[in-house]
Amino acid sequence: MIVMKDVHKKYPNGVTALNGITVNIDKGEFVYVVGPSGAGKSTFIKLIYREEKPTTGIVKINNINTSELKEKNVPYLRRKIGVVFQDFKLLPKLSVYENIAFALEVIEESPRNIRKRVMEVLDLVDLKNKARFLPSELSGGEQQRVSIARAIVNKPEIVIADEPTGNLDPETSWEIMRVFEEISERGTTMIMATHSKEIVNKMKKRVIAIEDGIIVRDESRGDYGYEN
Amino acid sequence: MAMKISTLKRHFREGIKNIFRNGWMTVASIGSVTVTLLLVAAFLTIILNLNHMAQNVEDDVIVKVLIDVTADDNEVKELGESIKQLDKVDSVVFSSKDDELENLVDSMGEEGQSWELFEQDNPLNHAYIIKAKEPADTVEIAENIRTYDHIHKVTYGKEVVNQLFEFNENARIVGIVLIIGLVFTAIFLISNTIKLTIMARSTEIGIMKLVGATNGFIRWPFFIEGMLLGIIGSILPIAFLLIGYYYLVEKIVINVQIPFFELLPFYPFAWQISLVIFAIGALIGIWGSVMSVRKFLRV
Repeated sequence: MIVMKDVHKKYPNGVTALNGITVNIDKGEFVYVVGPSGAGKSTFIKLIYREEKPTTGIVKINNINTSELKEKNVPYLRRKIGVVFQDFKLLPKLSVYENIAFALEVIEESPRNIRKRVMEVLDLVDLKNKARFLPSELSGGEQQRVSIARAIVNKPEIVIADEPTGNLDPETSWEIMRVFEEISERGTTMIMATHSKEIVNKMKKRVIAIEDGIIVRDESRGDYGYEN
Repeated sequence: MAMKISTLKRHFREGIKNIFRNGWMTVASIGSVTVTLLLVAAFLTIILNLNHMAQNVEDDVIVKVLIDVTADDNEVKELGESIKQLDKVDSVVFSSKDDELENLVDSMGEEGQSWELFEQDNPLNHAYIIKAKEPADTVEIAENIRTYDHIHKVTYGKEVVNQLFEFNENARIVGIVLIIGLVFTAIFLISNTIKLTIMARSTEIGIMKLVGATNGFIRWPFFIEGMLLGIIGSILPIAFLLIGYYYLVEKIVINVQIPFFELLPFYPFAWQISLVIFAIGALIGIWGSVMSVRKFLRV
């Protein structure tokens, strides 16, 4: 599903973010990406949803080489990938329902399907009764659940989360993790960059540790491995 | 590329929302389109009417060469031949003094009857009636022929022709320069307004890209915003044109009696110009949005 071969990434400002990454992630896997700040986790994630292209090496998503993917076809790759961020990235003037529907409107889904799918994912993240609320009227955990709902509403094959619990207290973080578990159980590939020792250690999933742009550890039922 | 109706509706809805988002910049860009199009409308109306009048005059612009009475038949014929040889001459028609008298009598109507007395002793000259290939060359041809032998007199609508052509030419140059300047100002203002929209919506655009909206989909609302700014800017000029021209034609000019001074009829002229103004407005708007979308929307 996701294949990287000897991937290097050097930004135009001279910073080397990745220095030879080779990795294979299969369909349906749940993977934590850990490592110190600035180690290259975010770049690793951006390569997957083709926000960045590798400087050298190969990144293949579903057998598509992202370096060879034409600019105009990038949107179609993105439709197979849902992305969740630390800061939620919700539109403040739209209701919960509208924020989620937005993701389907802009890929020109039919109004009937939109209604059906939005209600389904609202049910999944347990926010059906808050569909008409604005993001500002929700707690942080609820806002993150809305952003997860938006990421999965078009049934992507891969969900990427870049420190999704970074802004949340521990209890709320577990709420979010339960949602991710459920998404993963439905066969979606989950990749999550995190700094949360508690979450990684308790969940016992595959852990990829990145330091200074290379993979220093890749364990199938790993631990967080850092002190904080 | 077929677009769903629901998608098109969405683009229009977003485009209209954008218009209200930018407040004063929207007012400024619509205002500049309005000023530009008012001038375009006035200019087009004047130029096309001048052309129309010039056409009327031109159709009447002939050089009339009155031949000296002392010239014999051969000399008259030779003169005709040499005029025909001039490059810029289109046609040369001989009109004998009897023809001339007949024309005169006809043109005077009732009063002309008395002139028929002269039929036995015609005081008029033989004449050549000359038409230029290009009406603008009329003067040159006339002055040229004046130097020939056996010429009694060369006449043409000298003053009218000269002034009309000169004015027309000047008006055209001034008008075009002015309008090009204004069109660019309007495009600049519109593209700036849309730049503001793009910046105001950058988060939204980022999310759209993230969830896989195509670049075309992201751009559309901005094209529509630009187009609407241009079209709204064309409303006032069109209203002014229709009302103003109606009064000009129906209330004012109808009472003015100057030869050749005849305006194009309100229908269809005013409507045709309105359509042109509308189209120019829309084009200015689309152009402005294309410019800022290309520059500021890296999608």
